[in-house]
Amino acid sequence: MKRLLHLPMIIGAVVSLFPLYWMIVAATHRTEDLFTSPPPFLPGGELFNNLARLEESVGFSRVAANSVGIAVVYTVVSSLLSAMCGYGLAKYRFRGRGLILAVILGTMMIPFQVLLVPLFEMMATFGWIDTYQAVIVPFLANAFGIFLMRQAFLDFPDELIEAGRIDGCGEARIFYRIVLPAAKPQLAAVVIFTFIAQWGAFLWPLLMLNSEDQYTIPVALSTMVGLSKVDYSGLMLGSFAATLPIMAVFLFFQRQFISGLLGGSVKG
Amino acid sequence: MTLLAEARAPAEARTKPSRRKPRLAPWAFIGPAIGLFTVFFAYPLVASLVQSFQTDERGETVWAGLANYRRLLGDPLMPTALGNTAIILAIQVPLMLVLALLLAQILNQSWLRMRTGYRIAYFLPAVTTLVAYAIVFRVLLRADSGVLNQLLGLVGLPGVDWLNDPVWAKVALIASITWKWTGYNMVILLAGLQAIPREQYEAAAVDGAGPVTTYVKVVVPQLRPVILFCLITSTIGTLQLFDEPYLLTGGGPDNATLTPIIYLYQVGFQQLDFGYASAIAWVVVLLIGALSLLQFKALGRRG
Repeated sequence: MKRLLHLPMIIGAVVSLFPLYWMIVAATHRTEDLFTSPPPFLPGGELFNNLARLEESVGFSRVAANSVGIAVVYTVVSSLLSAMCGYGLAKYRFRGRGLILAVILGTMMIPFQVLLVPLFEMMATFGWIDTYQAVIVPFLANAFGIFLMRQAFLDFPDELIEAGRIDGCGEARIFYRIVLPAAKPQLAAVVIFTFIAQWGAFLWPLLMLNSEDQYTIPVALSTMVGLSKVDYSGLMLGSFAATLPIMAVFLFFQRQFISGLLGGSVKG
Repeated sequence: MTLLAEARAPAEARTKPSRRKPRLAPWAFIGPAIGLFTVFFAYPLVASLVQSFQTDERGETVWAGLANYRRLLGDPLMPTALGNTAIILAIQVPLMLVLALLLAQILNQSWLRMRTGYRIAYFLPAVTTLVAYAIVFRVLLRADSGVLNQLLGLVGLPGVDWLNDPVWAKVALIASITWKWTGYNMVILLAGLQAIPREQYEAAAVDGAGPVTTYVKVVVPQLRPVILFCLITSTIGTLQLFDEPYLLTGGGPDNATLTPIIYLYQVGFQQLDFGYASAIAWVVVLLIGALSLLQFKALGRRG
C-alpha cells in the first residue's frame, strides 16, 4: 500500500524535471527538428553548431562574460557590505541602533518596482545608462543579507572581541580575522543568495542595458524571443547556460543554499 | 585557558586607557550600507511618492494633485491587471500551497524511500533562472507542434492554443508559476514540519488522538507561522509578477495576462508617463501592505 505512493510521487518528479530535461534536449538539436512529430526526446549532436550560431547572433561569450562579471562584482561587494553592516548592528551599542535595524528590515516590505522610475531618472542624470555600474550599484545594500549576517553575529561571544581589543587589534582587524571567519556558513548562504539574485535579475538590467555588448544573459534571451524568426534551439541553449551555474551551486552547496532560504522563516 | 588569561593580565593593565568602547567604529561598519540605502532607496522612494502627484505638461513637470490617482479609477486597464492578479491569487496560490503542504507531509514520512531524490527533483525548478524557465515554457506551450500539444495528441486530446487564448493563457501562466515555486514552498514547509519534536506526536498518540486530531491540534498550530510566511511571500510575489507574463505572453492576448507591474512598465518606460507610472506603483505598494496585514491578522497570533 505504502509503495503505491511512489506512483504519484514519480509522476510529479517527471513533471518537475521534464521541462529542464527537454531544455537540454532542445539545445542539442536544430530548430527545424524541434517541432517535428514526434518531437525529439533524446539529446542530439548539434550543441556546438547551436553555440556557434548563438555566438554569431548575440555575441554569446561577451554576454555570458557580462553576466559573470556583474554577478561576481555585485556578490563580493554586496556580501561584504552585508557582513559589515550586520556586524555593526549586532556587536556595538550606539544611539539609534534599534531604529536603524527597524528601518532596514522595513525596506524589505517595499517592492523594489516602486523605485524604478526615480532610479531610472537618477541613472540617466549620472550618465550611467547602458553601463555595468547602473546594474550593480543601486542594489548593493541588501536588507535580507544584512539581517542574516546580524543574526549570525549575535551569537558570537563578546569575550573574544574584547580579547582581541586587549591584544591591540584594531576594530577592522577584529572583524576580518576573528569574527568573520566564525560566520563562514552564514556568509556562504548570503553569497549564494546574492549571486543567484543578480544572476537572474531581469527587469532592472532590461531597463538599464540597451546595447548588445552590454547585455546580460537574461536580457539577451528576452530580445531573442521578440525576433521575427526565432532561433529556438539557440534560445534553449542560452536558457540552459543561464540555469547551469545556479544548478551547480545548488547541487554542490545544498546545505548553505537551504539555510539561506530558511534564514528568514523557520527558526530552530 | 588559565595560562592564556595569566599571560594576558599584564597586557590588559598596560593598555587600559585605550580599552574604552570605540565610538566611531560602528558607523564605519554600517555607514556604507546606510549611505547606499539613503541614496538608492530612501530618496527614490520619496521621489516616486512625490512624482505620483505630478504630471508632465509640455515638457514641464507640474503639480497634479490627485489627478494620477483619479485617472487610475477611470482606466479600464488597471482593473484588468488587478483582476488578473486576483484570479492568480485566488487559484494559483492556494493550489500551490496545498500541493506544497501535501508534498512536505509525504516527504516528512521516515518510512518513505528515495526522499532525498524526490526533494531535489521537486526543488530544482525553484533553482531555475526565471527568464530561462519562462522561455522554456513558451517553447513547450507553442500551439503549433509544441511538445505539450504533441503529448496531448498522443493520448487523443486536441491541442490547445495555450498562449493566444485569453483563458488558456491564464491557465498556462498559473501552471508555469506553480511548476516553478511549489518545490520552494515545499522545502520551507518541510523544514517547519521537521522542527516539530517527535515527542509531541508520541504524546498525542498516547492521549489517544487519531491522525486527523493530531494533525489539527499538533501540526497545524506549530506550522501556522511557516504557512503564514509562505502565504505572504507568495502574495507579494504574485502582486510583483513581471518576468513570466512578459516573456510567456507579453501580457496578452488582449491583456488577459496583464499584471500591474507589466502595466507599470508599459506606462513608465514605453509611454514615458512617469507620474502615472508612480501612481500605479504606489497602488501596488498599498495593496501589498494591506494584503500582508490582512493575512497576518487572520493567521498571525492565535493559540
